[in-house]
Amino acid sequence: MSPRPGFVLDVDSSTPPTLFWHGERFSLETLPEGSRVIYAPEPIDPLRDPQAAIRHALTHPEGDRDPLPALLFSGMKLTIAFDDISLPLPPMERPDIRQLVIEQVLDLAAEAGVDDVELIVALALHRRMTEPELRHALGDRIYDAFAPNGLLTQHDAEDPDNLVFLGATDQGEEVEINKRGAESDLLVYVNINLVAMDGGHKSVATGLASYRSLRHHHNPETMRRSKSFMDQHKSELHSSNWRMGRLIRDAGVKVFQIESTLNNDTFPGAFHFLQKREWEWKAKDRLGFVAAAAALDRVPARHARKIFHSVRAPHRMTSVQAGEVEAVHALTTAHVWEQQGVVVEGQTDILTMGLPYISPYNVNSILNPILVACLGLGYFFNLYRGKPLVREGGVLIMTHPTPWEFNPVHHPSYIDFFEEVLSETTDPTVISERYEEGFATDPWYIHLYRTGHAYHGVHPFYMWYWCAHALQHLGAVIIVGGDAKAVHRLGFRAASTLADALEMARDVVGTSPTLTHLHAPPILMADVQ
Amino acid sequence: MKALVLERNLPRFAAARVASFLGSGRGAGIGPLQLLDAHAPERPGEDWFPLRPLLSGICGSDLATLDGRTSRYFEDLVSFPFVPGHEVVGVLDDGGVDVSGHELAPGTRAVIEPVLGCRPRHIEPVCVQCGSGHTGLCGNLAFGALEPGLQTGYCADTGGGWSTAPLMAHSSQLHAVPEALSDQDAVMIEPTACAVHAALSAGIAAGDLIAVVGAGTLGLTTVAALHHLVRPTTGCTVVVGAKHGRQRELAASLGADHVVPPDQLARAVRRRAGSLVVAGRLTEGADVVFDCVGSAASITEALSMVRPRGRVVLVGMPAKVSVDLAPLWHRELTLVGAYAYGSEASPEPGAADRRSFELAIDLVADAELGRLVSALYPLERYEEALAHAGSAGRRGAVKVAFDLRNPKGRSR
Repeated sequence: MSPRPGFVLDVDSSTPPTLFWHGERFSLETLPEGSRVIYAPEPIDPLRDPQAAIRHALTHPEGDRDPLPALLFSGMKLTIAFDDISLPLPPMERPDIRQLVIEQVLDLAAEAGVDDVELIVALALHRRMTEPELRHALGDRIYDAFAPNGLLTQHDAEDPDNLVFLGATDQGEEVEINKRGAESDLLVYVNINLVAMDGGHKSVATGLASYRSLRHHHNPETMRRSKSFMDQHKSELHSSNWRMGRLIRDAGVKVFQIESTLNNDTFPGAFHFLQKREWEWKAKDRLGFVAAAAALDRVPARHARKIFHSVRAPHRMTSVQAGEVEAVHALTTAHVWEQQGVVVEGQTDILTMGLPYISPYNVNSILNPILVACLGLGYFFNLYRGKPLVREGGVLIMTHPTPWEFNPVHHPSYIDFFEEVLSETTDPTVISERYEEGFATDPWYIHLYRTGHAYHGVHPFYMWYWCAHALQHLGAVIIVGGDAKAVHRLGFRAASTLADALEMARDVVGTSPTLTHLHAPPILMADVQ
Repeated sequence: MKALVLERNLPRFAAARVASFLGSGRGAGIGPLQLLDAHAPERPGEDWFPLRPLLSGICGSDLATLDGRTSRYFEDLVSFPFVPGHEVVGVLDDGGVDVSGHELAPGTRAVIEPVLGCRPRHIEPVCVQCGSGHTGLCGNLAFGALEPGLQTGYCADTGGGWSTAPLMAHSSQLHAVPEALSDQDAVMIEPTACAVHAALSAGIAAGDLIAVVGAGTLGLTTVAALHHLVRPTTGCTVVVGAKHGRQRELAASLGADHVVPPDQLARAVRRRAGSLVVAGRLTEGADVVFDCVGSAASITEALSMVRPRGRVVLVGMPAKVSVDLAPLWHRELTLVGAYAYGSEASPEPGAADRRSFELAIDLVADAELGRLVSALYPLERYEEALAHAGSAGRRGAVKVAFDLRNPKGRSR
């Protein structure tokens, strides 16, 4: 039976309660009759033979690019850059797609007699990956072959000796990227495309860039003009990256882009009910929910977090394409939409969403309050094409415990941002003008980013800018079940229950509002008509 | 007339110390303090004048004494029995003469500069410190015409502020209170003078980053002193660690640039100093840290957030503490006390030195520091008053004082 497409359920008196994520827990909520629930399409069929598909992609490239074997030659300098820990979510079961792709690239390089090969984690200003994380992404064979010899490195956006300035776009955007990558005879980029925002020129122009470059598109104004940043053609974030990517190309950097897409088979056995539609739950699903909910309620949050972060998603590859960046990415985006697209008629007054435990920036870590805001207002709010799911002036209701808790190793500057910056203002523009440079150039954050596993000092700013479009668009944001002090620090309203939140929302949008619930994850993209 | 009298009674001191583990000031009922009938002490000389207390504050050093937590260093600098209370505004029913030799008419309100240095003790010639105006540093506190006592409120001969009976004030101690100041304003002059002295003696330079640890009475008045007396000539930045919400509000309103909870202070200083961190200590840090707490933890914290060759000023009264001084040695830090008051060099070039008290009188008016007086109690309710003072920050209070004007009932 072929997988069913996405679905918009109209809630009536016979509709069972709806599952809401609440961080490391979840609950069942009864939505008012007349509400809508948007469900993701079911996981589409994966490629039957991923290895063969990769081989085919490498030898039959898209766009104006020779097959990879023809680009490889003895004596050349080859660099393979790949996406970091932020993709995919949750981390996938072994073997990771990056491993499958890079193994084949390395085999071809070996066949061609290429000796000078280096692997670079394209982490931009994200935290450096740990050895276990790298082993998971690349497999032990690649790790052991490259890491001990210093040939597996992590991009260092603060290493002036390994950055090169390539010029500025016609919009004045400075392009400074990883020197090894830029000066290689061939830069192979291995991407995993989880959402439509990923990939394309953003891979190199962002993943291998420095703060000097990133600040040109990671800022409040760009994010406000990206409606949404999941829709490349309406996204100023992408326009900027595309200008930079073309400058990189014109500067002589030869990029061979390899992009892959995944199906949205997100949760393994015990948690499989999380991606099923509630009215189709069988006894096993109901039992699974009751058991999981009861168990998670009884363990401390840190243990629940550990349980969830050990989840490995059974994602399977649905496509792989390689070659010239733009031609590749056009195909990739189409595949993403095929898996995630759901047509939705019209906007809503109130949009509800249950926020899970994970975002791209807290793998094996804590979803701190800034990341809660970013996940809801940055990512989930922007999962649309056309118009936002919620109307201008509408209300966004999110459920998440929003603890006043940070991982000091991964997110040191987030702590100061939360304490020092958000205590003064939540206005992204004011924050950008008043505080960004100080955090971006703080030597302690730079030290921790370069030598530890810390996100760059400026990263919490970017998370807040990610919210800028939603902050401008919404009439109110309410978090259900969150730490009230933390929620207020974010500038949002706190509610104890969904019913209370709906009452509060009615003060903003009127007494007979329409309500839509975004039932994610699994991830979906709303095509709002 | 009544007075709270502290007697040397070791079992009662022990009992108070045990009770203080439940909270500072909690041992008042079983400790060495007793409410007794009282009368004015004998005049030690013609240059002494009876001052009838109107309000008298409860200081952290008073609480430490009552809790039995004071350093034994002070044992020979007090004489029993004594009436505590050195933060006093009173009225000169028979008039008097002030520190400058001016006649004060009967009914004049005055505050006392309580240090009992050479002049009150009729020691001639006065010591070098008293001669240069630094009376707080006088070495003759156990000698001369008076029983030992470092201040009024610790001396058996002078009486103290926690009394409805007059205390005896030497002319060198007396400062008339301007009409514009309320009694609440006036009772804040003495602690404010301590803060003035701390702020002006810290050697703050242009552009310095200042951290203040603690935001009780001393912390808040230090912030006010820095803002009004130091910032105009240095442009210094003041970051304050304050535990309680009301303290944070007051610190901000008194001129702090940034106010954070105590556990955020080191991070806030680090951010402003652009410092790295090694072994929990900042590699750079604040130029000057005012420790307005005086505990081992606060001193350790202060040493961890001051820059190399920076200065840590102990404003809060410490006792015997255990502190690792390796960073002090390694980073060539200066750890310095700031006790009481004296003669302050003016930050204005060419201007004459002024008494800390004179500057404090102006500062209390300018910063409206009378608002820091949170509660007034009659003497009869001294147990409540001391317990309140001992938990002031947690209860949203700053300064708790005795109201000696109306012995019946709580007036505020």
